[in-house]
Amino acid sequence: MILEHLARMSDDLPALQIVAPLLAATICLIVRRARAAWAVAMVVAWGSFVNAGVLLHRVLANGTISYAEGGWRPPWGIELRIDLLNALVLLVVTGICAIVLTASPRSLDQEVRRENHHKFYALYLLCMTGLAGMTITGDAFNIFVFLEISSLSSYALIAQGTTRRALTSSIQYLVMGTIGGTFILLGIGMIYMVTGTLNIADMAVQLATVGPNRTVLVALACIGVGTGIKLAIFPLHIWLPNAYTYAPAIVTAFLAATATKVAYYVLVRFVYSIFGAPLAFGELRLDVVLMPLAIAAMFAGSFVAIFQDDIKRMLAYSSVAQIGYMVLGLSLASVSGLTGGLVHLFNHAIMKCGLFLVMAAVLLRAGSTRLEAFAGLGRRMPLTMAAFVVGGLSLIGVPLTVGFVSKWYLVMGALEAGLWPVAVLILLSSLLALIYVWRVVEVAYFRQAPDATPEIREAPASLLVPTWVLVGATVFFGVFTSLSVGLASAAARMLLRIDL
Amino acid sequence: MSVETAVGLAVVWPLLGIPLIALFRRWPNLRETATLVTATSLFVVVVKVILPAVTAGGRPRLDIVEVLPGLQLAFEVEPLGMLFATVASGLWIVTTLYSIGYMRGHHEENQTRFYICFALAISGAVGVAFAANVFTLFVFYEAITLSTYPLVTHHGTEEAKRAGRVYLGILMGTSIGLLLFALVWTYLAAGTTEFRPGGILAGRVEGWRLFVLLALYAFGTAKAALMPFHRWLPAAMVAPTPVSALLHAVAVVKAGVFTVLKVLVYVFGIDLLASTDASRWLTWVAAFTILAASIVALTKDNLKARLAYSTVSQLSYIVLGGALATSAGVLGGGMHIAMHAMGKITLFFCAGAILVGAHKTEISQMDGLGRRMPFTFGAFLLGSLSVIGLPPMGGSWSKWYLLLGTVEAGQLTMMVVLMASSLLSIAYLMPVVARGFFRPSPDDGQGNPGGGSSLGIHEAPLLCVIPPVLTGLGCVVLFFFADDVWNLLVGML
Repeated sequence: MILEHLARMSDDLPALQIVAPLLAATICLIVRRARAAWAVAMVVAWGSFVNAGVLLHRVLANGTISYAEGGWRPPWGIELRIDLLNALVLLVVTGICAIVLTASPRSLDQEVRRENHHKFYALYLLCMTGLAGMTITGDAFNIFVFLEISSLSSYALIAQGTTRRALTSSIQYLVMGTIGGTFILLGIGMIYMVTGTLNIADMAVQLATVGPNRTVLVALACIGVGTGIKLAIFPLHIWLPNAYTYAPAIVTAFLAATATKVAYYVLVRFVYSIFGAPLAFGELRLDVVLMPLAIAAMFAGSFVAIFQDDIKRMLAYSSVAQIGYMVLGLSLASVSGLTGGLVHLFNHAIMKCGLFLVMAAVLLRAGSTRLEAFAGLGRRMPLTMAAFVVGGLSLIGVPLTVGFVSKWYLVMGALEAGLWPVAVLILLSSLLALIYVWRVVEVAYFRQAPDATPEIREAPASLLVPTWVLVGATVFFGVFTSLSVGLASAAARMLLRIDL
Repeated sequence: MSVETAVGLAVVWPLLGIPLIALFRRWPNLRETATLVTATSLFVVVVKVILPAVTAGGRPRLDIVEVLPGLQLAFEVEPLGMLFATVASGLWIVTTLYSIGYMRGHHEENQTRFYICFALAISGAVGVAFAANVFTLFVFYEAITLSTYPLVTHHGTEEAKRAGRVYLGILMGTSIGLLLFALVWTYLAAGTTEFRPGGILAGRVEGWRLFVLLALYAFGTAKAALMPFHRWLPAAMVAPTPVSALLHAVAVVKAGVFTVLKVLVYVFGIDLLASTDASRWLTWVAAFTILAASIVALTKDNLKARLAYSTVSQLSYIVLGGALATSAGVLGGGMHIAMHAMGKITLFFCAGAILVGAHKTEISQMDGLGRRMPFTFGAFLLGSLSVIGLPPMGGSWSKWYLLLGTVEAGQLTMMVVLMASSLLSIAYLMPVVARGFFRPSPDDGQGNPGGGSSLGIHEAPLLCVIPPVLTGLGCVVLFFFADDVWNLLVGML
């Protein structure tokens, strides 16, 4: 009896991904105490991560999970639909949420007033609700709804930054993000116009019979621009460097590893699941638009990163470049290319989150993330800076780190498509990463700190451990790739409708 | 202990010494003992366990993990790698002894970091030597670059940092920009990157593509210092002398030429190269590097800079041997890895001993030093003769086989190049010895007692002098035991 009940409850696990953080957000507001709110958020975040693992396991064992919200069967009711693709994304998002949250108290004490902490955690959980919802929903309009939940809460999170620039950055992001959301809504509306459905699976079926007419083309364009803004694809990235630089360090680590990743997922979902590769690339030639933009992003982002004096901002521009790699993988529209894009979603989330946590640690101890502040840190914060070096090597794409794995598939995808100049450009752009990473390494290890600076201690364990978990993961998943690459390539095959 | 375990152990062995080195950072004697024990035990494992198996025709293989489908991290020992690992691990012992004398005599800082990075670099070199495929080789190749960077920038001065930038920029730049490209290309074309006798590319890459792929490999391996990607090597000379001696005359640069040779033999296959003439252009690039670097060496007054350019020149001997695509050429190239290593490390040891003992770096200041430092300059003479290639020195044999290789390939121009290079090396090495022994000291007979700069000069500390004498004598020993090297290497053809 009890077992039966539990079994039935476990069918509701997908819904829990959305309901639990939503409820927990209100609980945070009620308890009003910083540490208690943190504890609540921790339980929910780690629970969601475990839940995501269970769901992934089920998808691998039994195939796609379809959950009818409120018992209304799709395509009429709203469906939560978890397949190989979003199971992977969900695992990344919840995992990052949990790890960043674990690292947050010490860093937040420095940047956000104590009496606002419970609100911060509530916003954090709301943002997580939105991101998880976007990831697992099977309903196109629902994507928009959850996008707005996550966006609005992220504007508020960014505005928590200590400087006044945080407010303007937040406004800038709000304006751009709203424009992006509107474009997405327009696109969804147009697809609805021609298909008469909002269910993603159903849309795909209907759209295949409609074929490429002008409405469909404009819908694709709207979706592309809308997600492009949220994803910060060059040249729609201008909100990102400011938002990442002036947001609290914890928020940057969180958003950098989740928000753009989920936006990328949405783009992949629309392009491959709804429009389908033959329509999007064969008829509408999306690759002609995306590939040049991706390459431009790889170079512009890395190039600008080289000249940044604030390292947090440098990493933000590096993100612009790394997003370029992901979009490039998408635009190659082949198994290797798309595998590269998806595996880079996973890999980049891990390494960039680790690097932004290093920034949190440096900000906490050295009081600044400007390049001068790094002088002598190699000796004073050896573990933190070692984490930076490993994460940086992964950005460059040194073998046995995750960055190499991504680059391998992208280069292979480009060569398979006969686009060897693109392969050359991918490799050249990694060299720019070498330059911007090594600027910091050189200062940290070979420049003496000015004598006047007070003694700087190693970062606290509460920050160091999560950082090293992520940095360790960049090496682990660079050697043992069966989870990341296995899932990404299976998802790529599924999206390209190639039998396993 | 099975041979396969020993192979894996040999790669991680230097890493196991690192915790000890770090632990004993406050007790220099214990720290150096730890390094010494690690180095000696590594050498014993390599020579006593792995070498007999490989000499007997075995190819011990150890698979670690399949990183990506068809892309394995794996080790397999074949003769050329065996030779390289023996040379690197054996000379590590001598260099450690030398480092103790040099680093203390020269009052260097950050010695713990120095010994740790050294161990990392050796681990990388053994990994390169034992790599079973291009991917594994690439992994350890990058590991060597990264672990030697802190050694180049050891002094932390502006000059050292600038050199570090050049070093990392060229080595990483070429390896990611060109070598990785070649790696992916090979994988796509052949479906594997395993080293196999006879190569893996025959019938899979053809025509002009073969030329391009070879160029990607040859220039992508900037550690081989083919011009125009040689600038990092002279730049790296700001490092402490033991680093220049073991790493920038043996481990790092030999990892480069080893890679080129191994790719030529086991990825392209010399039959494919000989039948398509795809490596003909490479002989010309190598020949140019040999001559140009020798001529540049002539113009350098700084002893370490001169030796660095001499290394650039000598490395191209090995590339030339492989590019000739004949068995004698490949054997000569392989032997030259060992012969040049022994000779050049001697020369660098001497340069360091002169710096510690006499505080002199410029050749023009070394007049008469030989009489005050007879052992150092004696060892320098032995090393020079070996690098020049005169009997009874080991270097004469490798040069002999290289010359045979040019005949076999019918490329007599290359023979002339090798001859000319020998003459040039006499011209840039012998003046050092001649000045040391035959020129009067600047203050001799000038009645400048007390204030004379060279009067107080004597031999460097014992640990700085014994190693070059040992390796100098080693050059002579290699002349008589070249047969063994040849017998080992012949197994790769």
